[in-house]
Amino acid sequence: MSKHYRWLVFVVLLFAFGLWASLPSTEGLRIDLNNDGENEVDLALRQSLGLDLVGGLRVLLQAELPPDQYSSEDLQNTANNVSRRVNALGLTEATVQVQGNRRILVEIPGITDTETAINTIQRTALLEFVDFSDLSFEQVQSLEGRPIRTTYQLQLNNQFDPAAGVNPLTGLPFETVITGAGLSAAQAQSDPTTGAWSINFALNEEGQDPFFRFTSANINRSMAIVLDGVVLSAPTIQAALDTGGVITGRFTEEEARQLALQLRSGALRIPLSVENTAFVGATLGQQSVQLSIRAGIIGVIIVFTFMLVYYRVPGLAAVLALAVFIVLNLMVFKLIPVTLTLAAITGFLISIGTAVDGNILIFERVKEEIRNGKPLFDALDAGFDRAWVSIRDSNFSTILICAVLFFFGQTPGASIVSGFAVTLALGLIINLFTAVFVTRTFLYIFADRLRQPLSERKWLLGI
Amino acid sequence: MFNIIQKRRYFFLLSAAIILPGIIAMIISTITIGSPFRLSIDFQGGSIYELTFTGPGASEENLREVFARLGDDNITIQRLTNTDETEANLERWSVRASFDTTTGTIQQIEESLEQIAPFDRTRFSSESVSATVGAEVARAAIFAVLAACVIVTGFIVVAFRQVPNAFRYGVCAIVAMFHDVLVIMGITSILGLLFGWEIDALFLTAILTTVGFSIQDTIVLFDRIRENIPKYLGEPYETIVNRSIWETIHRSLATQLNAFFIMAAILLFGGETIKQFIFILFIGLLTGTFSSIFNAVPLLVSWQKGELPFVGKTNALQTATAEA
Repeated sequence: MSKHYRWLVFVVLLFAFGLWASLPSTEGLRIDLNNDGENEVDLALRQSLGLDLVGGLRVLLQAELPPDQYSSEDLQNTANNVSRRVNALGLTEATVQVQGNRRILVEIPGITDTETAINTIQRTALLEFVDFSDLSFEQVQSLEGRPIRTTYQLQLNNQFDPAAGVNPLTGLPFETVITGAGLSAAQAQSDPTTGAWSINFALNEEGQDPFFRFTSANINRSMAIVLDGVVLSAPTIQAALDTGGVITGRFTEEEARQLALQLRSGALRIPLSVENTAFVGATLGQQSVQLSIRAGIIGVIIVFTFMLVYYRVPGLAAVLALAVFIVLNLMVFKLIPVTLTLAAITGFLISIGTAVDGNILIFERVKEEIRNGKPLFDALDAGFDRAWVSIRDSNFSTILICAVLFFFGQTPGASIVSGFAVTLALGLIINLFTAVFVTRTFLYIFADRLRQPLSERKWLLGI
Repeated sequence: MFNIIQKRRYFFLLSAAIILPGIIAMIISTITIGSPFRLSIDFQGGSIYELTFTGPGASEENLREVFARLGDDNITIQRLTNTDETEANLERWSVRASFDTTTGTIQQIEESLEQIAPFDRTRFSSESVSATVGAEVARAAIFAVLAACVIVTGFIVVAFRQVPNAFRYGVCAIVAMFHDVLVIMGITSILGLLFGWEIDALFLTAILTTVGFSIQDTIVLFDRIRENIPKYLGEPYETIVNRSIWETIHRSLATQLNAFFIMAAILLFGGETIKQFIFILFIGLLTGTFSSIFNAVPLLVSWQKGELPFVGKTNALQTATAEA
C-alpha cells in the first residue's frame, strides 16, 4: 500500500507544478544556481495563441527575380520552404500563402517583436558560397560578419547596403560560386573528441560540378559562406569537395544548429525581400471564442458529474485524474509550445471527454470482477491488470498512426498534419499516464481509507 | 442477450444504406462542381483584398454583408495596423474571399464599400491567394492514412499473435476504419449538396481524429475477444464474439456519452464558427463506435465462416480450439 502513497506524493507534486506552469500569469522559470547572473534553468512558459484568437504579424515577401525567370511551381515551392522555416513542427499555426504571381504572404500569430520575426524570415532567404580565394588571411578576417556585394546579388538587382564590401583587389563584387539552390541537406554535428560544433552539408546535382571545380582549384585558400549578403564565416578549403563538405568555425551548439537550419532553408528557389509588414487583428470575434470555451467548460463539468454519479467513489478518482490530465496538457502546450487556435482548444476539450475512456475500461472491469464475487482489492488488481492490456494496445495503435502522420506531415507544405499528430500523440501519452497510474493511485488510496464502507455498500462502487 | 452477430447482414445493409448515398453525392458533386465536396478557401484559394477607409463607419458586420451579397458569406476579415505607427488615422482591413476576382467584382466591391464609409479607391488592392491547405497536405494525409493501415495491421498481427488468424483482425479493423472515413466523407458531401457546407482545414482534422478513434475502439473489442477465446473453449466462435460485444458495450456507451456531452455543449452554447467541425467530429465518433461493433467484429465472423467472396474458406472453429 505504501507504494500508492509514494505515488500520491509524486502525483500531487506533479499536479502542483503543472498547475503553476499552466496558469496564464506564469511566464517562465528562471533559476540562477550559482548567482553569476546567468540562468542555468531558463524555461519559457508562455502560451502562444493563434491568428484567429489574437492576430499577429503579416509580412508580405516579394520575389527578387524577374517574373519570367521562375514558374508558379517555383513560387509555391518557395512558399512551402518558408512555411517549413516558420512552422517546423506544424505547431506554430502560421499561414503562408502565395499571393498573386510574385508575392508570398506570411502571417505569424502572436508576434509583436517585428524585427526578430522579419529577421527569421529574411535570413532564411539567400545563401551563397563566395570566392575569397585571392584574399589574404587578414582581408578575409576583416570581412567576416560584414555585408558584401556579390555577382549573384548583382544579377538579382538587389539593393546593396551602402556599407557592403567589394573585392579590395579588383574593386568589383565578389564572385558567387554556388547558391543555396545547390544544397540538398545540412546538419549540425559535434566532434566526439573535441566537442567542437560544425555543419555537414550535401550538394545536389546542380551544386556538385561548380563546387568541385572551385574547391579543387583553391585548396588552402578561403571561401565565404554568405547569407543575405552578410559573410557568416570564411573557412579555409581543406580538400576538393564534390558531394558535400563540413563547415567548421567557432560555433556554439545553438549557432551550429541555427546555421544548419539557415543553410537548409537557403535552398529557396527564389530569393525574397520584404515588401511590407503590418499587424493583423484576430479573425474571430472575442464573443464567439468566449462562448465556445464556456460551452466546453460546461461540457467538462457534465462529464465530471456523469463520472461521479455513474461510478461513485471510482468516479471521484477519475475526476481527480482528469484534473491532472487537463493541467499536464496545458503545461505541455506551453512547454513545446503548441499554438492554440479555437479549433485546437475545442479539440482539447473533446479529448477530455474521450480521456475518460481509460477510466471507464478499468471501472467496468472492476465492477465485473466484484459481481463475480471477488473481494475488493482482488477485483481492483484484476480490473487494472486486464484493462491495462486493452488500454495499452488501443492507445498504442493510435500513437503509431500519429507517428506515421508526423512522418508524412514533414513534406513541405503539409506541416499541419504533423502538428495534428504531435498534439494528438501528446494527449494520448498523458492520458495513458493519468488514466492508469494516477487513477490507480487515487483509487487504491480511497479503497484503503474506505475499506469497510466500500466492502459493505457496493453502491459506492457504482454497482 | 440479443444476438448482434446473427443479425450481421442487416447491419452490413444499414452501413451500405448510409455509405451509398454518400458515394452517389460525391459522384454528383464531382460532376457538377468538380470535386467531391464544396471546397473552402483553405483548399482552393481565392482572392485577398486590402481595403483602406479614410474615415470611420466600416465594421466586421457590414463588410461581411457586402461580400455576402457578392457570393461569399464566409469571408475572413482581419484588421490591419501599421507596424511603425504611421497613418494611424486610416482604417485598413484585409479580406479573404473564396471567389475569383474579375473587373466586375472589383467595381461592385468598390461601389458597395463607398456606401459604408469613406473608401480610398487608390489604395484598394486585390490579388489571388493560394490555398493554405494545398495539394501537398491532402496528398500527405492520404499517403499517411494508407501507410498507417499497413502499420496498424502489422501491429495487430503482432499484438494478437496468440489468436488464430490474427491477420484477419487487422484487415477487419482497417475495413471498419475505411467505413468510418467513407461515412463522414459521404455525409459531408450530402450536406454540401443540400446546404452548401464547405470543407476547410478542420475537415482534415476531423477525418484524422476519426481514423485514430475508430482503430482504438475496434482494438478494445478485439482485445475482449482475444481474452474470451481461451476462457470459453468449446463455445462457437460466434457466441464468444457476441458475448465480447455485450461485455464491452457498457464501456462503448459510456465513452461515447462523455464525448457527446462536450460536443453537445459546444453545439448548443458555443460560437458559430466551429459548429460544423464539431458536427462532423460527432458523426466520426458515432460511426467509429458503430463500425467496431456492427462491422469489424461481424465481418470477422463472416470471414471465419467463409461467407466472404474472394477469400478462402477455413474452418476457423477447429483451428481456434486446436490452438487454444
